[in-house]
Amino acid sequence: MKFINYLESIAGIDIFPMISLIIFFLFFVILLIYLMLSDKQEILAMKNLPLDQNES
Amino acid sequence: MEVEHFEYDNRTPRDFAIASIVFGLIGMIVGLYIALELVFPNLNLGIPYTTFGRLRPLHTNAVIFAFVGNGIFAGVYYSLQRLCKARMFSDKLSRIHFWGWQLIILAAAITLPLGITTSKEYAELEWPIDIAITIIWVIFGWNMFGTILKRRVQHLYVAIWFYIATFVTVAVLHLVNSFAIPVSLFKSYSWYAGVQDALVQWWYGHNAVAFFLTTPYLGLMYYFVPKAANRPVYSYRLSIIHFWALIFLYIWAGPHHLLYTALPDWAQSLGVVFSFMLIAPSWGGMINGLLTLRGAWDKVREDIVLKFMVVAITAYGMSTFEGPMLSLKNVNAIAHFTDWIVAHVHVGALGWNGMLTFGMLYWLFPRFYGKELFSKKLANFHFWIATLGIMFYAIPLYWAGLTQFEMWRDFTEDGFLQYPNFLETVTQLIPMYALRSLGGTLYLVGFCVMIYNLYKTAKAGSFIADEAAQASSLPTGATPGRVAGEHWHRVIERRPTQLLILSLVVILIGGVIEMVPTFLIKSNIPTIANVQPYTALELQGRDIYVREGCYTCHSQMIRPFRFETERYGEYSKAGEFIYDHPFQWGSKRTGPDLQREGGRYPDSWHYNHMDEPTTMSPGSIMPAYPWLLDDDLDTASTPAKIRAMITLGVPYPENYDRFANMDLMKQSNEITANLKASGIETPPQKEIIAVIAYLQRLGIDIKGENKVIFSTEASLVNPSK
Repeated sequence: MKFINYLESIAGIDIFPMISLIIFFLFFVILLIYLMLSDKQEILAMKNLPLDQNES
Repeated sequence: MEVEHFEYDNRTPRDFAIASIVFGLIGMIVGLYIALELVFPNLNLGIPYTTFGRLRPLHTNAVIFAFVGNGIFAGVYYSLQRLCKARMFSDKLSRIHFWGWQLIILAAAITLPLGITTSKEYAELEWPIDIAITIIWVIFGWNMFGTILKRRVQHLYVAIWFYIATFVTVAVLHLVNSFAIPVSLFKSYSWYAGVQDALVQWWYGHNAVAFFLTTPYLGLMYYFVPKAANRPVYSYRLSIIHFWALIFLYIWAGPHHLLYTALPDWAQSLGVVFSFMLIAPSWGGMINGLLTLRGAWDKVREDIVLKFMVVAITAYGMSTFEGPMLSLKNVNAIAHFTDWIVAHVHVGALGWNGMLTFGMLYWLFPRFYGKELFSKKLANFHFWIATLGIMFYAIPLYWAGLTQFEMWRDFTEDGFLQYPNFLETVTQLIPMYALRSLGGTLYLVGFCVMIYNLYKTAKAGSFIADEAAQASSLPTGATPGRVAGEHWHRVIERRPTQLLILSLVVILIGGVIEMVPTFLIKSNIPTIANVQPYTALELQGRDIYVREGCYTCHSQMIRPFRFETERYGEYSKAGEFIYDHPFQWGSKRTGPDLQREGGRYPDSWHYNHMDEPTTMSPGSIMPAYPWLLDDDLDTASTPAKIRAMITLGVPYPENYDRFANMDLMKQSNEITANLKASGIETPPQKEIIAVIAYLQRLGIDIKGENKVIFSTEASLVNPSK
């Protein structure tokens, strides 16, 4: 059974995998850029959340 | 900012921790018992409730949902409060969640040995329990979100993201996979059939591993490892990337459980590609966990909690390396249906889930009871015996898996199977099964030592049910909006609801693309003209096959390899399973494949074999099923079953529910007469007759020899029609 069967059966489905790939790719590119640009201090603060407890 | 005083609820996490221990003990004892049944087949003592087929689902459900499940809730209820600096949203919901979950487990422990099962692996519980699970799961989510919304901390720590993804995805998985049509209070048929049912089941099955055994435990790792090491996680950035990558990829990986089966090729390839990519985020998590200890490795020598956690993370790394390898088609061809898979999952379950749970418990109990751990020495003993136990468990089974595969595919020089008798490939493994039981015993001994140690710790201290804490309230207006110059992801991090929706979208994309084509497009499942619905008697026999859990040891899926077609016959086609609600492909061959069992042996062979397997196959490790020979078939259920099948689209004639039992009696009498000719006297209404009818039907339709005639109103009026 070949993938072509499904491509033929859904109108315009050929663009679906492309869209998925682009969404997938862009999501991670943006995520990486954001992480590289993000503020060090804030990352540090979040990192320390479990340790910052002032428990009794 | 005003400083607020409040109390953390320790009772709920403590109760979940105890439940995890109690059910862990039961789950592991059942596991050991069924492992021993493979060495001593009579160990079920001749009763139905203790056969391998009925107890194996109990073992898997107990370990996954009771031991690990309660472990998750213990860890989540403990860490969430502290990460949010707030008491749980509602004590009442916490109580309902706790007792509701335990009742569900109890219901499972009662129904599964009784043979009340859907036969869908890790989702065997019948529909009323499924509904209860849904309700309790929503209560858990409600309580969790309530707590997150009333938190006193601006940001959501990464552990909480993992908890949210777990909540969302498990809800979706459970709902989609449990779709079924009830026949009675304790019986339902899967909404899906054959290939579709298999795809949905393993989409669920693999993601149960992903979102029940992995993501929540990664969340726990991100909380408890830094706590135990007293240093922050190695890279917070890595944790964010690895979170999104993990949930993006995991949801697609399910079809790797169905390589070389009748599942369409494209779906198999999709599963392979995504499973292989999974190695990246999985190892991202492992590296992040291990490197948290950079510069603090000396602590691992001293600290018992860290010891357990290091082995847990290492086991996670090993099994998430092995997983992608196993999903390559060439490796999968070897490992699938063998004990290799059993070894693989136990490295995950005993190593990753077990050891992390133990580490967490050793960390929690002294804090619950305000007392140092009773004995470090005993904890050390537990650590070593558990580690040793895992090795004694896994190594023999890897060996067994490879041995069995080699024996399956060996040909003589003349081109015949070297081991044509399947049983030879099983008896060869019994020493390995014995060693594996030893491994399990060691692990269990360690577990009991832990129970004693924690009990003594609790006894010496006094329980701190409400732990006083203080935190500043959030500055007003600081919660939802976006502060100027701030990045968008920050906004998401502060908004649990958006995070929930985004992760829901991410996993739904995967699920929809994978499943919708198989449902919508007819050409995915080519129908075969000769394949007809089961007769009423065969259907009843099939339900007994499901009840007894035959699928836990026998597959019904012949892969297109010469060594399989030579042994079992023509390879399986998707179109052969269109009336199989639920599918019975199985995942492990402790016994031979049964898809072309029909016509292989006379009826009398099956009768004697069920009564005492060793009379027909000396040395067989299959339990005897004498009750099938004694118990009467429940024919009162036939009309309801036929009606349910008609609703599901199985093309029985109109009003066939009224004539089904008549046909059933006719077929029973034929088989009884057959048996009589072979010198076996039995009344026609016994269960064994239905089982024989089903087994003799298996896989014969495509040979074109079988023609089923269903009685209809017209045929009764005019018998010639």
